[in-house]
Amino acid sequence: MSEPYSSPSSDVMIQFDRVVKKFGDHVVLRELDFSVKPGEFVTLIGPSGSGKTTILRLLMTLETADDGTIQVGGEYLSHMERGGKLVPADERHLRNQRKRIGMVFQQFNLFPNMKVLQNVTEAPVRALGLSKAEAEQRARELLEMVGLSDKIDAHPMQLSGGQQQRVAIARALAMRPQVLLLDEVTSALDPELVAGVLAVLKEIARTTDITFLCVTHEMQFAQDVSDRVMMFDQGQVIEDAPPEQLFTQPAHERTRSFLHAVIDRAV
Amino acid sequence: MDWDWEYAIDSLPLLAEGILVTIELTVLGALLAYVLGLVFAMIRRVGVPVLSQFVYLFVEFIRSTPLLIQVFAFYYLLQPAIGVKLSPFLTGVIMLGVHYATYTSEVYRAGIEAIPKGQWEAARALSIPRGRVWTGVILPQAVPRVLPALGNYTISMFKETPLLLAIGVVDVLNSAKEAGAETFRVIEPYTLAGVFFLLVSYPASILVRKLERRVGTV
Repeated sequence: MSEPYSSPSSDVMIQFDRVVKKFGDHVVLRELDFSVKPGEFVTLIGPSGSGKTTILRLLMTLETADDGTIQVGGEYLSHMERGGKLVPADERHLRNQRKRIGMVFQQFNLFPNMKVLQNVTEAPVRALGLSKAEAEQRARELLEMVGLSDKIDAHPMQLSGGQQQRVAIARALAMRPQVLLLDEVTSALDPELVAGVLAVLKEIARTTDITFLCVTHEMQFAQDVSDRVMMFDQGQVIEDAPPEQLFTQPAHERTRSFLHAVIDRAV
Repeated sequence: MDWDWEYAIDSLPLLAEGILVTIELTVLGALLAYVLGLVFAMIRRVGVPVLSQFVYLFVEFIRSTPLLIQVFAFYYLLQPAIGVKLSPFLTGVIMLGVHYATYTSEVYRAGIEAIPKGQWEAARALSIPRGRVWTGVILPQAVPRVLPALGNYTISMFKETPLLLAIGVVDVLNSAKEAGAETFRVIEPYTLAGVFFLLVSYPASILVRKLERRVGTV
């Protein structure tokens, strides 16, 4: 990497404050509070449909919260200050805030009409105003890091799922985000392709000071790479502990039964 | 009635003029329909306040009334009322273009809706500016898929040009009628006009079908 990823000096990178999110009558997040420190790798586990992905989508500004506030790097994401009062963020505010946050999706979502290299250069050129040469330089480095230097001129459809996901990781990193959101990034992959993607992510977590918030069903990966694991159920964080503790001696009965269920399924 | 080759050949120059008008009407009308239809579809997708509702009502109105009546109304009522006098040819281009734009806008809408939500979300997550999301991500994926449908509407438009006789545009069929007017013999020019429509439409539909197989339909 040509220069290190930077983070603000604030001691909290992500802060959820009594965040409420409903879809119709269904309450997904119930006054959710949690925070993540800069450079931390935090994994969210919990049953499907419990709202873990919603947390990431709120941070990526793909959804808006119904109540409560979200801060990233000491600045309001969901709101903005106007005349000494907090008001819901407008599109311009969101556009500025969003640039600090990156996301890797379950379904990769590469742009099929662009070659691999352009998938990675598009946003830095269009959103950050990098020159084409700078963006290509950056993209080549990132594609080398994810092990796809030889696929620069390929179309996404010519790649395996695992390769597409690694391109998507490079594409998100090209924006030099402070926060990277990982939304079940291996769930759509054939089992033999999972390891390659996870290895790349581990390497990035080790060599950068990006803050990670990760939703995954890969418990071994969560255990290996996380600084902290949060068990999420019914719109609340019900347990929050370092992985060695949460996976071996879960304090909460709900966590215990969840871990039994997923680990049984894996075996 | 016997087929008179000599007479058929004599009527060709007049027919050729009509052919040229038909081709011009179709090309210009189609271009207008392609562009305007896309504008309609984008306005509705983005949900521009007021404009979006206006486009919706306009599209519904145009689609539910016959082209002939629209041509009459535009030429004989609307133009005098607003103090404009466009040539019959230009009126024809505009009416064909606007009428078919309401159809192509539905085609574009389907093409745009066929793009997975994840494409919009990825573009948003990457902070790609909104205009560029359209030109760089959405349209390059949506437009190839709608080309066959646009092709089909272009063929329909081509076959509807004779209707513009109502305001005095002399297309190929109407020039055939003129050719016959002096001699009261219309079999040859009409047949030739029909052959012309067939010679253009049939290969065009084959082309569209080939295109459909290549890009899939919406």
